[in-house]
Amino acid sequence: MSHVNTNNLTYHFSSKTQKNLLIICGIGVLMLILGMILWHAPEAAHGEHGGAEHHDHTASLGQRVWANVLVNGYFFGGLALAAVFFYAMQYAAQASWSTVFMRVFSAVGDFLWIGMALIAVVIILGDFHVHHLYHWQDADAYTNDPIMQHKAPYFNRIFYYGRTLVFILGWVWYQNWTRKNQSAEDQMSSFESRSANWMKNLKNAAIFLVFFGFTSSVFTWDVIMSIDTHWFSTLFGWYNFAGWWISAMIAFNLLAIHLKSRGQLEFVNPSHMHDLGKWMFAISFLWTYLWFSQFMLIWYSNVPEEVVYYMQRWEQYRGLFWITMLVNFVFPMLVLMSRDSKRNKSYVFFVGLLTLFFHWTDTFLLVMPGTVGNNWGIGFIEIGMFVAFLSFFVFWTLRALSKQPILAQNHALLPEGIHHHQ
Amino acid sequence: MSATKTIHGIYTDEELCLEGVKKIRANKVRIKDVFSPFPIHGLDPALGLPRTRIAICAFIYGITGTSLAILMTWFMMVHDWPQDIGGKPSMYYFMNWPAFIPVIFELTVFCAGHGMAITFFLRSWILPGVSPKNPDPRTTDDRFLILIEAKSEDEAKIVSMLRETGADEVNVK
Repeated sequence: MSHVNTNNLTYHFSSKTQKNLLIICGIGVLMLILGMILWHAPEAAHGEHGGAEHHDHTASLGQRVWANVLVNGYFFGGLALAAVFFYAMQYAAQASWSTVFMRVFSAVGDFLWIGMALIAVVIILGDFHVHHLYHWQDADAYTNDPIMQHKAPYFNRIFYYGRTLVFILGWVWYQNWTRKNQSAEDQMSSFESRSANWMKNLKNAAIFLVFFGFTSSVFTWDVIMSIDTHWFSTLFGWYNFAGWWISAMIAFNLLAIHLKSRGQLEFVNPSHMHDLGKWMFAISFLWTYLWFSQFMLIWYSNVPEEVVYYMQRWEQYRGLFWITMLVNFVFPMLVLMSRDSKRNKSYVFFVGLLTLFFHWTDTFLLVMPGTVGNNWGIGFIEIGMFVAFLSFFVFWTLRALSKQPILAQNHALLPEGIHHHQ
Repeated sequence: MSATKTIHGIYTDEELCLEGVKKIRANKVRIKDVFSPFPIHGLDPALGLPRTRIAICAFIYGITGTSLAILMTWFMMVHDWPQDIGGKPSMYYFMNWPAFIPVIFELTVFCAGHGMAITFFLRSWILPGVSPKNPDPRTTDDRFLILIEAKSEDEAKIVSMLRETGADEVNVK
């Protein structure tokens, strides 16, 4: 490519940056440990019921820590999964504008197996009763409970672990295949081999999208919706998916802006950045649309077994619940509506950072009410673990980015994509 | 005598046409218009056209739709004939506002969409019964046309310029 400066195609992940990120991660872990030391049982957990046969699981330290592991594993793992979904979609749609970002997308997706492994660990430990995040894992959950008895086949452990394993392995396999294929693609010189490789990517992406479409929804029921075991929502999978997707779009924007500020990605022009900003703007609406659709139908029909879900959030999490919704809706809408602001890197960066945090609180609101209930808080434990996860996620993403050239030089659609303009 | 000549440069490819526009404008020749069967990316800045103001119109139409919908739902559901639906009495607007969001959303989109389309049709005067201003019917199919109005003494220069930039056919009227 004559117009690409081939000397500037590697991302140098300096040892100083690595050290700084790991130090921030360490500070997060220290905060977490400090939070665990400072933790004391909530008032209500003591006495009162004195010798009550039913122990209140929601008030224990272990419950709160494991719930946080699930929040972060699900948030960052889902973000990475949506990144994989997004580049698969770019291949399947034969989109050319996004070819300049292909390596950014696949680097963000590289955290996938870590997030999924953490989720798997949380679920497996639950079956050994290390924590009580999932009511369906309690042995006595099925006695005298017709709803649970009805759901028992679905929670049959062989079926549950079997499908979850298939989902995770399928996604991680596709991500790893793409990364390997990208390395192989960089060695391809002939036009024929590059075209054939592009066709292979197109085919695999299409198969992955079908697989992802069915499995991602079921995965959200299994991992998150099953916390509130008696409750269900048919929109839940879509709503969670929208949350992952907007988080991934934010991550792409932030990473692309970071690389631009280092003087890299010089083949990315303002139209490319504008389109990436448009995606972030649009998917924030998708998220709000699904948030509101789920909320309004349940609020309006007012069916007791459905509204309990929102009643609890209304009574115990009211402030966080509304702030999360409003920030994630209003900020992208007002700030990023005009063309000029989507082309303004500091606007996009600011809105991105803010809404990324409030999509984390959205995940927090998915997990916490059903696991720790009224004994929730955002203290050293939560902030510490979030900081540790975030810095490690950034570390892992930049590490993945540094392993390959940051431009898919042999992508069949690159010559068209690089000349993208509006 | 310096009569005005109308020159049509007809291209078979939109990239050639776009390059032609850039080269002709670089030579300080004024292009009156370009006709194309589909939008050509990058043509507006190449022609030096100012940014469209349709987005501002869309915003105003959208806000109008929002206001109309709020007024309509308030009048129908709260003021004129309040009903108790699903145990949610409509004595005050705030009791029931989430139920009206779909209506507000739809009317916002409806007004913004229709307003923009109508504005576009009026602004470009594409209306029933109006005869087309299209200089060559082939530009609705597979040809791209650069229209230049020039003095007759410049004619030869412009024709050769169009030929050089890859015009398939040049017509002078």
